[in-house]
Amino acid sequence: MDFEFSDDQRLLKDSVDKLIGAAYDDLGKRNKAQAEPHGYSEELWTKYAELGLLSLPFSEEEGGFGGGTVETMIVMEAIGRGLALEPFFASIILGANFIRLGASAAMRQDLVPLIADGSQRLAFAHTERQARYDLHDVATQARRTGNGFILEGDKSVVVHGDSATKLVVSARTGGNRRDRHGITLFLVDTESTPGLSRRAFPTQDGQRAASVSLGSVELPESAVLGEVDHGADLIDSVSALATAALCAEAVGAMSALHDLTLDYLKTRKQFGVTIGSFQVLQHRAVDMFTALEQARSMEYFAAMMATAENPRERQAAISAAKIQINKSIRFLGQSAIQMHGGIGVTMEYRSGHYFKRLTMLESAFGDTDHHMRLLDKAGGLLEAA
Amino acid sequence: MDLRYTPEEVAFRDEMKTFFREKIPAEIRNKGAAGHHATKQDMITAQRIMNQHGLAVTNWPVEWGGKDWTPMQRYIYTEELMSNHVPAPLPFNVAMVGPVIAFFGTEEQKKHFLPRAANIDDWWCQGFSEPGAGSDLASLKTRAVRDGDHYVINGQKTWTTLAQYADWIFVLARTNPEARKRQEGISFILVDMKTPGITVRPIQLVDGGHEVNEVFFDDVRVPVGHLVGEENRGWDCAKFLLANERSGIARVGLSKANIRRLRDLARTVPSGDATVWDSESFRYKVNEVEIDLKALEITQLRVIANERKRGGLPDPASSILKIKGSEIQQRITELALELAGPFALPYHDMEDEIPDGANDLPDGFDWADTVAPSYFNNRKVTIYGGSNEIQRNIIAKMVLGF
Repeated sequence: MDFEFSDDQRLLKDSVDKLIGAAYDDLGKRNKAQAEPHGYSEELWTKYAELGLLSLPFSEEEGGFGGGTVETMIVMEAIGRGLALEPFFASIILGANFIRLGASAAMRQDLVPLIADGSQRLAFAHTERQARYDLHDVATQARRTGNGFILEGDKSVVVHGDSATKLVVSARTGGNRRDRHGITLFLVDTESTPGLSRRAFPTQDGQRAASVSLGSVELPESAVLGEVDHGADLIDSVSALATAALCAEAVGAMSALHDLTLDYLKTRKQFGVTIGSFQVLQHRAVDMFTALEQARSMEYFAAMMATAENPRERQAAISAAKIQINKSIRFLGQSAIQMHGGIGVTMEYRSGHYFKRLTMLESAFGDTDHHMRLLDKAGGLLEAA
Repeated sequence: MDLRYTPEEVAFRDEMKTFFREKIPAEIRNKGAAGHHATKQDMITAQRIMNQHGLAVTNWPVEWGGKDWTPMQRYIYTEELMSNHVPAPLPFNVAMVGPVIAFFGTEEQKKHFLPRAANIDDWWCQGFSEPGAGSDLASLKTRAVRDGDHYVINGQKTWTTLAQYADWIFVLARTNPEARKRQEGISFILVDMKTPGITVRPIQLVDGGHEVNEVFFDDVRVPVGHLVGEENRGWDCAKFLLANERSGIARVGLSKANIRRLRDLARTVPSGDATVWDSESFRYKVNEVEIDLKALEITQLRVIANERKRGGLPDPASSILKIKGSEIQQRITELALELAGPFALPYHDMEDEIPDGANDLPDGFDWADTVAPSYFNNRKVTIYGGSNEIQRNIIAKMVLGF
């Protein structure tokens, strides 16, 4: 057992922390990035590419960074701390991993370099109105034609779907609406596909998303990612990686918010003393610290288990991690705002923005109730004695 | 970063598991698994077997029978001990007075006391807390006055765990009431419980058990040779001892074993047409504790790794282990109480030795009579060893910088 980062990982951490730290060290910069056409900094996105971050999951043989779940964790923590707006999660953690695990050789040859240089940006068009968090609830239909498929259906809250150049779309090629079998994934170009329409909107946490409508969208056979009818395998693998990544983003954001709160407690004066001299606030700060450290432990656990072979163990671990992270988010987030007092609920101060992002992370890829059901179905966490 | 056990660690774990399961009598382990306290004889038997195999005082210096283990090996040893319901080596001997004598004691003290402590030839108890000195230990009032070759001790200790079995007590007593700082006038003294002037009075805890005592000192004469370390520097020994006490404080292995038992029992308790385990809300509560415990386990491993980096210095973040570990222990006793439901009601005197099965209740469960006492008794775990509020003070000061 070893909790140390390797030299390469430390190097990665230093450079990512520096890049994102400098780009988002004050809210003015973030507001400026948010006002750009895509809702994030194009310039910074290019720098992500220059650092090699946009090829993170691809193997070195394929010209990628060759990063695993620990490298992902390092980058996502930095994104969480910085409240970064770039679509790293949508395009790389989700998009690039779907390509890595599902794309044909021809597709990868075309696409990997363009994802790595940032010119192709991906998003995952999967969630549907009725599905809530059930990853296998897909009503969108993909009807076979002579030389391909015709897709029909609607996708909701596709994060960064507004600026994506390609969408990974799930649709049903067989089975009933909630069957695991019969889901197929397609790679759909957003600019040249008749019948595809998007309605963009801003999100509560300062990012962008879109509703996606597929009205008789014709796709060739070559648009299929992975195997026809077996999309759920891919979805499950990528959602495990994605949930672990979101846990890391949450830990990054929580640790920054905790630091911010400690600073505030040590500088804000009332009754002639710093408010941090009051034991009731100290103990709450300690409970926040405990929540953060417990979350961090489960972040590591998720990173370790996200690629586990045994699907039951993987699911139990990922769900357990997400539940812990969600609980920590609730407690730490609410406490941070409370201890800041009025300034905590203003737009001009950073804490509220962390609070909003963290709150949205709670529901991303499954809320606490959802993951409790999954963990229960997986038979709990304890291994046999 | 790799959170898996190395093959060496796996082999070591298997070795420990095999040892505990094969060498410690099943009768003793089963008692622990059923939620019963180990008897004095069980504790002595288990520790003597461990001592024969060089596994009783693994935390001591190697020359006194300790092991040159990695922090990870120490962790695995403790986990396997707990998860197999083996009574832990007597903490007063092994975790407390032993390391203090080994570090601060004279050669003569080491040679005489350490082998006897390792084998429980002497049963030790801890004379720290007083009626007026609980969390604020340095305010203790028990006096030791030098009179020729003796100290004369007067005062009162309390919460003295298992003093009724003890042959010796290690006492913190004030030797210089005029010291500039309260901590500077205290000495660490070893006292034979048979010395005239010592009275032990039992305190019965809410579960009905006799676990702790008051110990009164009335002109108790102790040879000066029983002072450990320097006179008036006993606080150094106390701090050293309390830092040692942290190891294993999270009790992850014990909680794991107790959750497994809870799961097994829940499948046997009827509820409606099914069992309690068929109730989603009960399972969810158990799942929640399991998550908390998994997080704690990893936090503990991180603290261990961190202490290795800090050159063996205790990580103040280890206070988290005490807080979360004790909360989880209590939570499990709550769930066991909920599981037993009305069958938790019958009471029997825990001091009675009752053969297996003889206490079966009509329509009851032979395990259910211990769950309420265990729930009551375990309120102590957030209080002792530095209350959880004191632990929060430590983190606030040492980690968060308040």
